[in-house]
Amino acid sequence: MTTDVPVAASGAVPGLVVEAAHLSYDGVTLFQNLTLDLRAGEWTGLLGDSGVGKSTLLRIAAGLDAGLGEYAVHLEDGGAADGRVALMAQRDALLPWLSVLDNACLGSRLRGEPAAALREKASALLQQVGLGDYLEAMPATLSGGMRQRVALVRTLIEDRPIVLLDEPFAALDALNRHRMQDLSAEMLAGRTVLHVTHDPLEALRLCHRILMLEGRPARLREEPVPAGSPPRAADHHDVAERHGALLDRLLNPPA
Amino acid sequence: MRWLRPLIIAASLLAVWQAAVWLSQVPPFILPGPTAVLTTLVTRADVLVEHAWVTGAEILMGLALGTLLGMLTALFMAAIPGATRWLMPVLVASQAIPVFAIAPLLVLWLDYGMASKVAMATLIIYFPVTTSFFDGLRRTEPEWLALAQTMGASRAAAIRHVRIPAALPSLASGLRVATAIAPIGAVVGEWVGSEAGLGYLMLHANARMQTDLMFAALFVLTVGSLTLYFSMNAALRRLIPWQPETLR
Repeated sequence: MTTDVPVAASGAVPGLVVEAAHLSYDGVTLFQNLTLDLRAGEWTGLLGDSGVGKSTLLRIAAGLDAGLGEYAVHLEDGGAADGRVALMAQRDALLPWLSVLDNACLGSRLRGEPAAALREKASALLQQVGLGDYLEAMPATLSGGMRQRVALVRTLIEDRPIVLLDEPFAALDALNRHRMQDLSAEMLAGRTVLHVTHDPLEALRLCHRILMLEGRPARLREEPVPAGSPPRAADHHDVAERHGALLDRLLNPPA
Repeated sequence: MRWLRPLIIAASLLAVWQAAVWLSQVPPFILPGPTAVLTTLVTRADVLVEHAWVTGAEILMGLALGTLLGMLTALFMAAIPGATRWLMPVLVASQAIPVFAIAPLLVLWLDYGMASKVAMATLIIYFPVTTSFFDGLRRTEPEWLALAQTMGASRAAAIRHVRIPAALPSLASGLRVATAIAPIGAVVGEWVGSEAGLGYLMLHANARMQTDLMFAALFVLTVGSLTLYFSMNAALRRLIPWQPETLR
């Protein structure tokens, strides 16, 4: 894929630290003195069983769910996390009444900023991800893979140094998932990424670091990653071997 | 077939009606046949049109006013936290009081003219418009709101760009109901006290045993209401094209 539009972050890319002193949900303590640190410019995978609190951790990193417990989110450079974090979720969350291009430029619309320059950049990026003919199309007419590419462009247009991915490829078929993984790895390279996923293979392909969230209250455990830089080939023997070990760990968590 | 079907239904109903009149030999002042009504429809067209304008204007003004008030109320409840708890009881009360019961009051306060009928139509559609729009406003996809929040949208911007468009399909359901029942409000108002309108004409004709004229007025009212409903339906579909329709 040719890179006609610069997609690297325009500003400094700091790391991000989430310190969850105490967080409970429905009377169940999810986190107790849990620290999640995302290294600057790296892609961190967060694996774990359903219900262990992966999405909650991501949501508090995004500044959502305020008031759920005691926690703090700060950036390594000392700045506030507000306005420096972009979110991309499992469901593409495209607004059905806006065209593809308008969806990609949603941020400027919501902040009441002039959109002309942004629309040009968004058009170029949409072109780049193969949606050049669909700028004026409505989301309902697109396939799942195409919709998720629009969501990726929307995330890039926001140009935030920190990107939080909440199982963004889970709803896609195997082929499109693979394509989206490669595309995202290329386009989000250089940013600080938190990637919540159920899929150990996806984490092994894309992440510089893999953290496993397990237990209640949940603990984080760093898992070894295969050699080489992401995106790694799915059939690399190191990736295949680690895949088996991670699956086993997920299926048989320590008591 | 799409255009033929309503014609076939109408023709069948008319045939049954005419047959019933012939077979039962009822006097025309009890039940006039469709041909008699049609004749009246043509010969008294000037009177019918004159009164239809009045009722039509009342219905349209009531629709506009009720929709405006209903939408403003729903927006107010969505924008001001806690407003629902104060306004909901008032809303439900406005629906619980039968319009028929307060119609004489409205005529007393607003006089015999159009104002009391417009108020009646407004009152009868206010509740369905408000609740349907408000339901839509509060059921926005949480993911869209989370996205808007991370994008730095203010509360007002999130309402304007996310909640309101997302609530339009729900508002459309309320508007369809409103369009169907607004004529009831106007006609009831005319029955209670008026000097013009199809409701007035029907009462007037009924009292003089001009049953054919009454049927003709009823026919004009029905055709008008149907036209209004289907125009509204078509307009809403055009305005909210993204709402998928899975029933045909």
